[in-house]
Amino acid sequence: MAITYTSGEQVEVYRFSIPATILIPLTAVFLQAWLPLRFPFFTIFDLPLLVTIGFATARRSPLAGLLTGSVIGILQDALTHHPIGLYGISKTVVGFGASSLGIKLDVEHAGARFLLTIVFYAVHEVVYFMISRGLVGLRMAWTWPHELLSGVANAMLGVLVFMLLDRVKQRT
Amino acid sequence: MDVLGRYRNLIVLVGVLFAQVLGLAVQVRRTTDSEPTRLIRIWAVGTVTPLEKVLVWVQTSTGSVWHNYFYLRGVRAENRNLKQQIERMSLEQVRMSQDADQARRLQALLAFKEQFISRTMAAQVIGSSGSELSRSVYIDKGESDGIKPDMAVITAEGIVGKVLRVYRATSQVLLIDDQTSGVGAILDKTRLQGILRGTPAGEVVLEKVMSDEAVPAGEMVLTSGGDGIFPKGLLVGRVTKVAPGNELFLNIRVRPAADLSKLEEVLVVTRIDERQAQPDQAGAARAVDILAERLPTVPSKPENAVKADTPGAVAPSNTSSDAKPKPVSPEASAGGGAPAARKTASSPSSSSGSASSGSASGTSLGTSAGTSSGNAATATTTPATKVSPKPVKAAETPKPQPAVEDSPH
Repeated sequence: MAITYTSGEQVEVYRFSIPATILIPLTAVFLQAWLPLRFPFFTIFDLPLLVTIGFATARRSPLAGLLTGSVIGILQDALTHHPIGLYGISKTVVGFGASSLGIKLDVEHAGARFLLTIVFYAVHEVVYFMISRGLVGLRMAWTWPHELLSGVANAMLGVLVFMLLDRVKQRT
Repeated sequence: MDVLGRYRNLIVLVGVLFAQVLGLAVQVRRTTDSEPTRLIRIWAVGTVTPLEKVLVWVQTSTGSVWHNYFYLRGVRAENRNLKQQIERMSLEQVRMSQDADQARRLQALLAFKEQFISRTMAAQVIGSSGSELSRSVYIDKGESDGIKPDMAVITAEGIVGKVLRVYRATSQVLLIDDQTSGVGAILDKTRLQGILRGTPAGEVVLEKVMSDEAVPAGEMVLTSGGDGIFPKGLLVGRVTKVAPGNELFLNIRVRPAADLSKLEEVLVVTRIDERQAQPDQAGAARAVDILAERLPTVPSKPENAVKADTPGAVAPSNTSSDAKPKPVSPEASAGGGAPAARKTASSPSSSSGSASSGSASGTSLGTSAGTSSGNAATATTTPATKVSPKPVKAAETPKPQPAVEDSPH
């Protein structure tokens, strides 16, 4: 398992081209809206979340991470019928956390990415749960088996998504 | 200044979070039906839905070419089965139309107002919200097609949801299994009313049914019309599980009749008419009439012969002693203003109805014979006149006919 502490000098910082920065999140949101119609089980995945984590860990800039998470989350919110901000806040926190952690840890290995995705999926769900219950007053049901299964499924898909993102990221 | 630089990331994080929380609070406070759609939603939907439309179009076209031109295996057998099914259903439909007609007459007597779906628009489902907690879909019809918020969305199987937000070329439909939806519903047999709601887990439950009521599993759930969105009587689903719930109410789980996870095409109810029930006079084809057309016809006898053979055969206006009064439509009893449905002369069990008198003579073939004599007025009957099995008896008829009843099955 290659979760190793690295100093600021050791970590490599990547960037994404402007088309990739725009199109990849858009594609993720689009697929998240479209695929569940054909494959209902796909609702357990959160592709925008995986892209947020992927971008944040690659860029290793908390500012960029939180802004990316915020924009992707708000875009995702806009397609639901809930107030805008639920996904926005959750993904802002995740983007900030993932990029902050990306500075400290080497997350290039698949195992590390798997664990990182599970952790941030849980963070995302907890934040979303708290906001939607506390601020919006939605009835929410927290079921551990479902969350665990979703976390593992997202982590597995996350490893694949990160591999795809590796192909488009550029070393600074 | 140095502190600001050091904690810059945290400050920005707090600022962004604060702005979003503030925005959330404003939205939650302002949630009303008249709230205009936010620009950010319009942008997001305008960005995503065109792609979805293109994909759906490609998928539909490809599937259409494949299924309509290449993959035709078993079509002949299916066609044969469908034809047989149509035969059966047409007879069934005629039988049911009589029941419906009777119900309409009774409703008219009670001045009962009904809601009718008078116009629908077919729409294709092109996308979803992509969230487990927001159960809504997008359709490819919007404001430019005449879609408005709160229109009911249905399929042939059952209700689907209501239009929530309308954009220029698309609309968002809130499904009935979403936790924020609510549908007035009624149980088919027990006639208990409740509110149909979705749960966070995506199930559908019927609420507000008292716990001392007996609700059997498998009972059909229909719309009650009480929500002002769905007309009364549309199929919602079936009861799958009944359990004691919180407080005084039952926890009734309902499986929606429409498969909400695999929606492809839906109908948006764009117009609902409310009118007082009117007996259906013009289209009242009766099972006996249709059967009579299919059965070998009896050659009509000369009028004299019929009269000689059937002493009981009377003129249409005759009200013989054994003639029984039958239910008559209000229009008929009011003076025969209703247009009458013309009967076939070979109908073996036709009962003539005197619209002016409001009573049926109870004659069967005798009346048909009378018809052949040229008395066209007597060959008509109002649909209000019920078919009485008694006149069909061969004792009163010149030639025994197969006893045909309303329900041929």
